[in-house]
Amino acid sequence: MEPTPIVFMILAMVVIWGSLLASTVFLATRPEVATWPPGGPTDEEDAALDDID
Amino acid sequence: MAARAGADPEARPHWSGQMGFVLSAIGSAVGLGNLWRFPAVAYENGGGAFLIPYLVAFFTAGVPILWLDYAIGHRYRGSPPLALRRIQRRFEALGWFQVGLNVLISLFYAALLAWSASYFVFAFTRRWGADTETFFYDTYLRRPAGAGFNLDFVPATAGPLALVWLAVIVIIALGVRRGVERANVVFIPLLTVAFVLLVGRSMYLPGAETGLDALFTPNLHRLLEPSIWIAAYGQIFFTLSISYGIMMTYSSYRRRKANQTTTGLVVALANGSFEMLAGIGVFCALGFMAAKEGSPIDHLVGDSGAGLAFITYPRVVSEMPSSAFFGVVFFGSMFMAGFTSLLSNVQVVVASAQDKFNLSARQAALFVCGPMAVFSLLLFGTTSAFYTLDVMDHWVNNVGIVVSAVALSVLVVWVARKGRELTYHLTVLSTLSVGRIWRSFAGTFGPFVLVVWLVQWLYSTYANGYHSYPRWFLIADGWGAIAVCGLVGVVFTVLPWRSQPDDFTPWPEFSPQVAQRLAHWEDTLLDLSADDPFEAGEK
Repeated sequence: MEPTPIVFMILAMVVIWGSLLASTVFLATRPEVATWPPGGPTDEEDAALDDID
Repeated sequence: MAARAGADPEARPHWSGQMGFVLSAIGSAVGLGNLWRFPAVAYENGGGAFLIPYLVAFFTAGVPILWLDYAIGHRYRGSPPLALRRIQRRFEALGWFQVGLNVLISLFYAALLAWSASYFVFAFTRRWGADTETFFYDTYLRRPAGAGFNLDFVPATAGPLALVWLAVIVIIALGVRRGVERANVVFIPLLTVAFVLLVGRSMYLPGAETGLDALFTPNLHRLLEPSIWIAAYGQIFFTLSISYGIMMTYSSYRRRKANQTTTGLVVALANGSFEMLAGIGVFCALGFMAAKEGSPIDHLVGDSGAGLAFITYPRVVSEMPSSAFFGVVFFGSMFMAGFTSLLSNVQVVVASAQDKFNLSARQAALFVCGPMAVFSLLLFGTTSAFYTLDVMDHWVNNVGIVVSAVALSVLVVWVARKGRELTYHLTVLSTLSVGRIWRSFAGTFGPFVLVVWLVQWLYSTYANGYHSYPRWFLIADGWGAIAVCGLVGVVFTVLPWRSQPDDFTPWPEFSPQVAQRLAHWEDTLLDLSADDPFEAGEK
């Protein structure tokens, strides 16, 4: 392979796959916000929705 | 378990959790277009340089419009007709127009999956022989000489098509979590493994580096051509399954307290990662073929559609060492990628019927998917299937979905003035905040780019026609498909609801005081010493 396409290939991999990895880690470490707006369901009520199919 | 939820948000089916939703959304976004459209579009539009407009389009149109879909579906908790009606009653028609698009896409997408399933079986013995083009058009599809409609059934295509619909009906009848989610939880990891295997092996083929050179050599001077940018926005838009109801429906099945923007980003980037992987795999294989035949690679790339998958790739597979393995994994991957996308298209139609007519999943599977299967067989189980599919696909994607996207942004952001409310919804529920920039991209820039795309498409199609099809056929099959969607939009809006769609209060509440706090927050976004106006919530 020529050097220029190699650089572009690596760049593309780093940007797209790297961003996927970073966003996945971010989601895993902070899956939800720390505080919720008032007036919503309790955590138990909300989690119970996951049982409805 | 709720047999019939109708429009009741509390009885609505739900994903089992964040992971179930993310996998299902990835399953919807990753489809046949990733495998056969992206590699050819990237190659034709500047090679490595295409990545620059691709990434710009990704962040300025793809992700913002995807978040708009999420916000509408999640805040108004419904399929497109229900969610849009809850924004403004008359918007329900746009929801049904989107349902019409999903019906038509499902009809022909199922046919493409039936062909993939057949080729998966053919790959064991490389039944396509040396002349893959004659085999595909004449032996397998039995395509007649001229375009038109007929009812000459082809058992070799109609049989697998019926089986695909049977599988869809069974999965849809099982419901959102036990059916759609489970199928994605099985298929997406399997697809990832198969894809990595395929691409990994392709990279070691003799000549693979020639293919990668072709794909990644940057023609930077082409960045000045507007057509490259239009192609990038088109690719991003079509690949993410946005603006025609899928992501709206899927996000309506999430619990109330659910992270919106970060999950959207993961889904969009996972789709981009699959595209990149497909590009590498396909071009390694094409480089191998070019080296084998001693011909330039551009002779092999010519087609970005079914031709690449069912004519060029079988030819490449036949020449490869351990070709049965390559063929089986390639067509198996194609089937899995397409099947999870088909489920998402069908789920939009089923969810809309469930919401409006108060049907259970089983009733909807029978009364909605059953007739769709019959129409699919009538249109795409016959010798005229290829022509009908080619034109309908082209019009539904380039006109139907683009019109739907522009209408969605304009109606929601400009007519109903819901931009701020949706900004608040995304921001307070998500770990990634959005603000004015998001509203500009989703409400102004995105639709503007899509209008440019539509105008250039209309001009080019008017001037050059499409694949030398007769004009009457383009009108009947192409514009006819768009007219059917419009008719669905009108007729189903007029029909009465069998549930209570308007008995609903969105959460979190967006009062004038909250709107004021949002404006203050947007003004002081870069002022780190300012108090967080949303801190008052529950822990």
